[in-house]
Amino acid sequence: MAISDVKEYAHLTEEQVEAFGAELDQIREDIEKSRNADDAAYIHKMITFQRRLATAGRITLFASGYKAAWVAGTAMLGTAKILENMEIGHNVMHGQWDWMNDPEIHSSTWEWDTAQPAEQWKHSHNYVHHQFTNVLGYDNDIGYGILRMAREQRWNVFNLGQPIYNALLALLFQWGVALHDLDVEAIRKLEKDPEVMKKQLLQIWQKGRRQFIKDYVVYPALSGPNWKSTISANVTANLMRNVWAYAIIFCGHFPDGALHFTEEEVEDETRAEWYLRQALGSANFEGGEVLHIMSGNLGYQIEHHLFPDLLSNRYAEIAERVRPLFAEYGIPYTTGPLHKQYGQTLRTIMKLTLPNKFTKPDREYAEINVETPEVPRGRKKPEELPGKRSELGGWSSSRQSA
Amino acid sequence: MVETLAMKEPQIVSALNLSWEKVRRMGHQLTTPLLPDDYLTLINPLWSSRELRGRIEKVVPETDDAATVVIRPGWGWRHDHEAGQYVGIGLDVDGKIHWRSYSLSSAPRRSGGTITITVRAMPEGFLSDHLVNGVEPGTIVRLASPKGDFVLPSPPPEKVLFLVAGSGVTPVMSMLRTLDRRREVPDVMVIYSSPTKERMIFREELEALQDKHPGFTLHEQFTDDMGMLGMEDIEGICPDYLERETWACGPGPMLDAAEEHWDEHEVGDRLHLERFSLDLGGDGAEGGVVTFQNSQKTIEADGATTILEAGEEKNIGMPYGCRMGICHTCTLTLVEGRVRDLRNGEEFTGPNEKIQTCVTAAAGDCTIDI
Repeated sequence: MAISDVKEYAHLTEEQVEAFGAELDQIREDIEKSRNADDAAYIHKMITFQRRLATAGRITLFASGYKAAWVAGTAMLGTAKILENMEIGHNVMHGQWDWMNDPEIHSSTWEWDTAQPAEQWKHSHNYVHHQFTNVLGYDNDIGYGILRMAREQRWNVFNLGQPIYNALLALLFQWGVALHDLDVEAIRKLEKDPEVMKKQLLQIWQKGRRQFIKDYVVYPALSGPNWKSTISANVTANLMRNVWAYAIIFCGHFPDGALHFTEEEVEDETRAEWYLRQALGSANFEGGEVLHIMSGNLGYQIEHHLFPDLLSNRYAEIAERVRPLFAEYGIPYTTGPLHKQYGQTLRTIMKLTLPNKFTKPDREYAEINVETPEVPRGRKKPEELPGKRSELGGWSSSRQSA
Repeated sequence: MVETLAMKEPQIVSALNLSWEKVRRMGHQLTTPLLPDDYLTLINPLWSSRELRGRIEKVVPETDDAATVVIRPGWGWRHDHEAGQYVGIGLDVDGKIHWRSYSLSSAPRRSGGTITITVRAMPEGFLSDHLVNGVEPGTIVRLASPKGDFVLPSPPPEKVLFLVAGSGVTPVMSMLRTLDRRREVPDVMVIYSSPTKERMIFREELEALQDKHPGFTLHEQFTDDMGMLGMEDIEGICPDYLERETWACGPGPMLDAAEEHWDEHEVGDRLHLERFSLDLGGDGAEGGVVTFQNSQKTIEADGATTILEAGEEKNIGMPYGCRMGICHTCTLTLVEGRVRDLRNGEEFTGPNEKIQTCVTAAAGDCTIDI
C-alpha cells in the first residue's frame, strides 16, 4: 500500500501541515546560525583520526604475515574505510561542511574511498533518492533495481533469487553502488543517452581501477613476501565496510515503519508536505555515540532526510527537538534497535521473494487514503523527473578536475 | 605579449617541479582518492600544495590601523608573482574560512622566503581587522596563487605616474620596491592621498626613495588638511600626466573618476586600474537578464560580467571572498536559468543548483536566490 496524500494520511489540515513545516524551518535556521568552531573542530578531528587510522592500518599490514598484525591492520583499515564512507564522505558530499568555505572539505571537491565516482553519487543519492524518498517508481533506492522491496513492485520469477542477490549486494556493496547511477536497465533497453553513458562508464572505470590497484596491487606489492596476506586483509577490510554500509543503509527506509508513496503525492507537493513525506518515509535506529558515528549518524535517518545538509554531529541535538514535534502533531517516529530494524528489512526481502498472494504485508498503514498501485520495473527518464528542490539544501556539483 | 617585471621561472625550477609532480603522482596511487598532501599535512601543515597554505611569521604595525603581515608560504607556492599582483588569503575565524584578496606589498623574490601583504583595518572589514589586530604569529592561513594584470612591463616605461590613495598604495609599493632593487627607477611621479600624515602607510620609505633616486617625485596629499584631490588638480602637480603611463589604485569612486577623466582626454589606454577583477579568459557567455529573487531587482548583464559583479552593480549585498573561484564564499543558488563558468566553460542549469557567482556569467536569463 502507498500513500497518495500525506496530509490526509496524517489527519492534518493544511494549516497544521504548514505550521509543522514552519517549526522545522525554525530548527534549520537555528542550527545554521549556530554552526561554530566546535563543529569545525569535530570534522577536522574526525578526518585526522580517520587518516591516521588508515595509515596505521596500511603500515601494520606490511607485516600481515603475522596473524596479530593481520587482525589489527585489517580492523584498523576496515574501520577507517567505514568512517571515511559514512561519517565523512557521505556527509561532506551532502554539503554539510560547505559552510566552512574550505575547498578541501567541500561537496564540490570530495572524492570518497569507494568505487562510485562522487559526481554520480551526488546525482543518484543527493538528488534522486533524497528528493523522491520512497515514492514508488521514482526512488531508485527502493531495492536498487535488484531487490523487490515493496509489494507494489511487480513480481517476477527473477525475484525468487532475492536471498542470494541480497547476500551478494551486501558483500559487493561498493561495486553495486558504483553502478547504481548508470541505470543498467535503461542500457539494456538501449534507452540510455550514449554520451552520458560513455562519460559515466569512463568515470567508473577510472575510479574503480585506481581503487582496485591500490588495494590489490600496490599495497600487496609493498608488503613484499606478505603480499598474499595483505591481499586477504584488504579484501576483508573492504568486505567489512561493504557489509556494514549495506546494513546501515538498508535500515534507513526498509523497516516496516517507513512508508511508501505514490506519484500523486509528489505532484504539487509543498515544502511542508515534503517534510511530512520525509518524516513518514524514513526510519531511525537507536544506539550509543560510537554506533552513530560509525554509521555516519544515519541512525538519525529521519533528521538527515529532513535536513540533508545540516551537520551530522548535530543530528542528535536536532532529534531532541524533532521527536517532541512529531508527537505534538501525531506523526509516527519510527525507531528501534539496529537488530530489530534490520530484522524487519530482512523479513521483507524474504517475503517479497514470493508473489504477494503467499504473504501478508508488514507495513502498517492507517486505513484511509492508501492505494495499492502496481509499479512496473525501470526508472523514470531524466527528463521525466522534476528539477531539484531547494529543501535538499546545498551541495555543489563536481569541479572539473584539472 | 608584454614582458613583465618578473619573468618566467628559470628552466631548472620547472624541471624540478616536473619531477616533484611525478613523485606526487606515484604517491597518489597509495592515497587515492586523496592526495599524498592530505596525509603529509598531518605531519606539517605547510606540506600540501593541494590548497596553498602559509604560516604567519609576524605582524608589523605600519600605522595605528594598518599592519604588514609577513607570511611564509608552504609547498606549491611558486615565488614568481609580479609586482602589483594580489593574492587570496583565507583565515579561519570561528570555524569558517574567511577569504579576501590583498595586493602583495613585497617585491617578488625568486629565492623564496616570505611574502607580505599590508592591510588597513576597515570598520566594515571583518577580516582586515582580524589580520591587523588579532592574528597570532604561527597561524596557518590558506593562500590563493597571485593573480591580476595590474603590473608593470619590463623594462618600465620612461615616464610613470602612480595615483594612489589609502591602502591602495600596497601594489604600487611592491612595484617601487622592485624598481628600486633593480636600480631601474625611471621618471616616476607618485601622487598619494591619505587623511593625515600619521595614517599614510609607507610614508617614510617613500620619502627615502625620493631622496635616493633623482627621477622619483612624491606628492603627499593629506586630505584632512589639504582637501581631496580632484582630477583637475593633477595637472598642477604633474603637468605632463597625460603623457605618462599611469597606474591607479584606491577607493572605487577615485578609480571611476580617473577612468572618466582619462577617457575624456582620449588617453584611456595609458591608465591601468586595480579592481581585483579576474581575466577569466574563455569565450565568455551569452549574457542575459539576471534577476535577484528577494528584491526582484534585475540587470541586463553581458557575458563577461560575473553574477557577483552584476549583483554589486545593483547594490545587492552579495557575499564574496577570494573573488577568484577558490573559496566558495560567494556560492548562491541558481533558482532557474543557465550560467557558465568562465574558467572552463562548464554550464550550470537550475533549478536550485549551487553556483560560484564570482566566476560564472549569465548564459541566458537567470534567477539567483538572494
